[in-house]
Amino acid sequence: MGECVLMAPGCVEIDASGLDFSELNRRVRSEVCRGKREIVLRNVTGQRYIGTNLYNTAESLDQVNITIYGTPGNDLGAFLDGPTITVFGNAMDGIGNTMNRGLIAVHGRAGDIAGFSARGGEIFIRDNAGYRAGIHMKEYMAMKPVMVIGGTVQDFLGEYMAGGVIIILGLTLKDGESHHCRYVGTGMHGGAIFIRGNFAEHQLSKAVGKADITSEDQSLLRSYIDRYGALFDADVSCVDLAEFTKLVPLSVRPYKKLYAY
Amino acid sequence: MNPRKASDFGIRSNRLSEFAVERDYERCIKCEVCIRQCSFDVHYRDTEDDVIRQRPELCVGCQRCAVLCPTHALVIRQNPAGYRAHGSWSGEHIKDINIQAETGGVVLTGSGNDKQAPVYWDRLLINASQVTNPSMEPLREPMELRTYIGAKPDAVVVENGKLATEMPPRVKLDTPIIFSALSYGAISYQVQKALAQAARELGTLYNTGEGGLHPDFYEYKDNTIVQVASGRFGVHPEYLNAARMVEIKIGQGAKPGIGGHLAGEKVSEQVSITRMIPPGTDAISPAPQHDIYSIEDLRMLIFALKEATNYRVPISVKIAAVHNAPAIASGIVRAGADVVAIDGFRGGTGAAPKVIRDNVGLPIEFALAAVDRRLRDEGIRNKVSIIAGGGIRNSGDIVKAIALGADAVYIGTAALIAVGCTLCQKCYSGKCNWGIATQNPYLAKRVNPNIARQRLVNLVTGWSHEIKEMLGGMGVNSIESLRGNRSQLRGIGLSKEELEILGVRPAGN
Repeated sequence: MGECVLMAPGCVEIDASGLDFSELNRRVRSEVCRGKREIVLRNVTGQRYIGTNLYNTAESLDQVNITIYGTPGNDLGAFLDGPTITVFGNAMDGIGNTMNRGLIAVHGRAGDIAGFSARGGEIFIRDNAGYRAGIHMKEYMAMKPVMVIGGTVQDFLGEYMAGGVIIILGLTLKDGESHHCRYVGTGMHGGAIFIRGNFAEHQLSKAVGKADITSEDQSLLRSYIDRYGALFDADVSCVDLAEFTKLVPLSVRPYKKLYAY
Repeated sequence: MNPRKASDFGIRSNRLSEFAVERDYERCIKCEVCIRQCSFDVHYRDTEDDVIRQRPELCVGCQRCAVLCPTHALVIRQNPAGYRAHGSWSGEHIKDINIQAETGGVVLTGSGNDKQAPVYWDRLLINASQVTNPSMEPLREPMELRTYIGAKPDAVVVENGKLATEMPPRVKLDTPIIFSALSYGAISYQVQKALAQAARELGTLYNTGEGGLHPDFYEYKDNTIVQVASGRFGVHPEYLNAARMVEIKIGQGAKPGIGGHLAGEKVSEQVSITRMIPPGTDAISPAPQHDIYSIEDLRMLIFALKEATNYRVPISVKIAAVHNAPAIASGIVRAGADVVAIDGFRGGTGAAPKVIRDNVGLPIEFALAAVDRRLRDEGIRNKVSIIAGGGIRNSGDIVKAIALGADAVYIGTAALIAVGCTLCQKCYSGKCNWGIATQNPYLAKRVNPNIARQRLVNLVTGWSHEIKEMLGGMGVNSIESLRGNRSQLRGIGLSKEELEILGVRPAGN
């Protein structure tokens, strides 16, 4: 149980079976401290907070790659600040919670509140995501989180969103099928959501409206669609930029008129 | 310049002035200090008659002009006329109805609940020794105020004269008085700097609130509590690891159950740096934390923070005192928190809907006593420290809070009063004439951080000495001997039920 297999220099493989989250994360941390940059976790079964505890383990965490086989637990990459996490399997709730920098790619689906409060970094989810994806994502100066979801999502997409970009590709929808998510962008006051595929007007919250897709938007979409295709080895040739709807907040100060002054 | 009405300043006036501004023209030397000091534009020079006049309808009663007038020519007082006296409809009710009839909005206020709810500290009396258990003299005997905040193990093992038990992370305080959460954004840079410096000098902690940590304040990290609240503003690994303690803010005594909106006007360049949002945008803290809908979810965030800080610092969970606080506190302990902070309904705020500040929550005295008893009954009191806040006004309140079970207390309003606050309750306006609750550089520089630091240090030093005097009077030489020791308290004018909840006996018994 919990075997570490040494591979090429800088690489290490950890068998996560039977390890609780604190033990698994402690081992990942000590490997990064020892200079390992490629960390492969096998038999992951619900261990939480992978990648959360790496502060101050290396000069730069940008070269750290954590590859997960199995199903990581909630809060995968919470407070992430640089590493790349690749999941061969599905992810649970709260991936990229309050993340700052780095990349999370899920070769499968993700649970609820994916990208909650993320301030930077990138999240790619190959298939669908659950409820409240991108809730309270924000942005600050050069930091601008982007979340790409290959399939569709549940209700409350982009709730309270204050910045960043969410791209929904709709690739898992059947021919003629519409998105089912409702209350899209409730309380949204920043950022943008791009959705490919059909939905009805009533599925949007009162806080959002449709906007024209600019040429800048087009190049952003094109680059993220291509990266999605490359990451997941997916055929994205069917994705036509004309099929996207851009949603933006109607007000950046939704509570301005709430008070009596 | 002609006199202007309140309407010229965007205020539609159907309201009687709350304050009367009286100028003694024999004393007034027209120096214009009052004009320069008042951010609410109450005073102005009438150039035609060459006199200083005033617009009392704009006055907030902060007393800045009266205090700074070099000839003491100004008296600001409650408008003696007021509305016609009424046993049910106060002038405040009439004024608020007018504000809302004019705007259709929520009435905002600042600082703590100013209503006449009973203050239970005032109905508790402290014991002292006479003859049998002699009182002690703190100037002669060593008196211990040192307090460790964090979980305590169920048992300790000593091997070969050394502690063999691995101790959970704890924070050593030289006095059980902590500055409560006051965010940069709600208060000025100067005031937060003074709090940080005072905390370091006093060997205690200050709390960043939900405003993030300014780059200049990382040097005070050993005395910093950082907050993680629903907006997650400025929360990142460096911030979390710069703290001596991390606090999850679930609620605040002044506004239990609701979030907060820092208006874009207050998000200056500097505030934008600490909150990590663009300048001028609203900082919206939603009511709940979106990843916490249960005790199990709370456990998830507690351990996310323990992982992110490598289990080096205690994790606190702050809740507002509400009806079922004891059961919630029990859940918080079982979720793995090291500290439970409870904020009573007289706790202050930079901005809250007035109806919530004045009507929601519980007095800290009841919530504290009930939580302490519940955790003792369940045998889990040692797993957590309790910090009580919300209406601590003097060292007597602190001694009573510790006797009711607190490990330490949070002081916010008292600290701001030490810096100059006069409780005018206009913190939300951003126009604080005392330079405390403002981001306007002209106003903020009225607080000299060095003087403010010294005043804070003086206050806490004075209170700490008074606590030692009271401990000595009881015949004990350590704050530990007082903690949860309700036998040192007696109640006056309290009902049987109230005494039962507080766990104290009536005076004379």
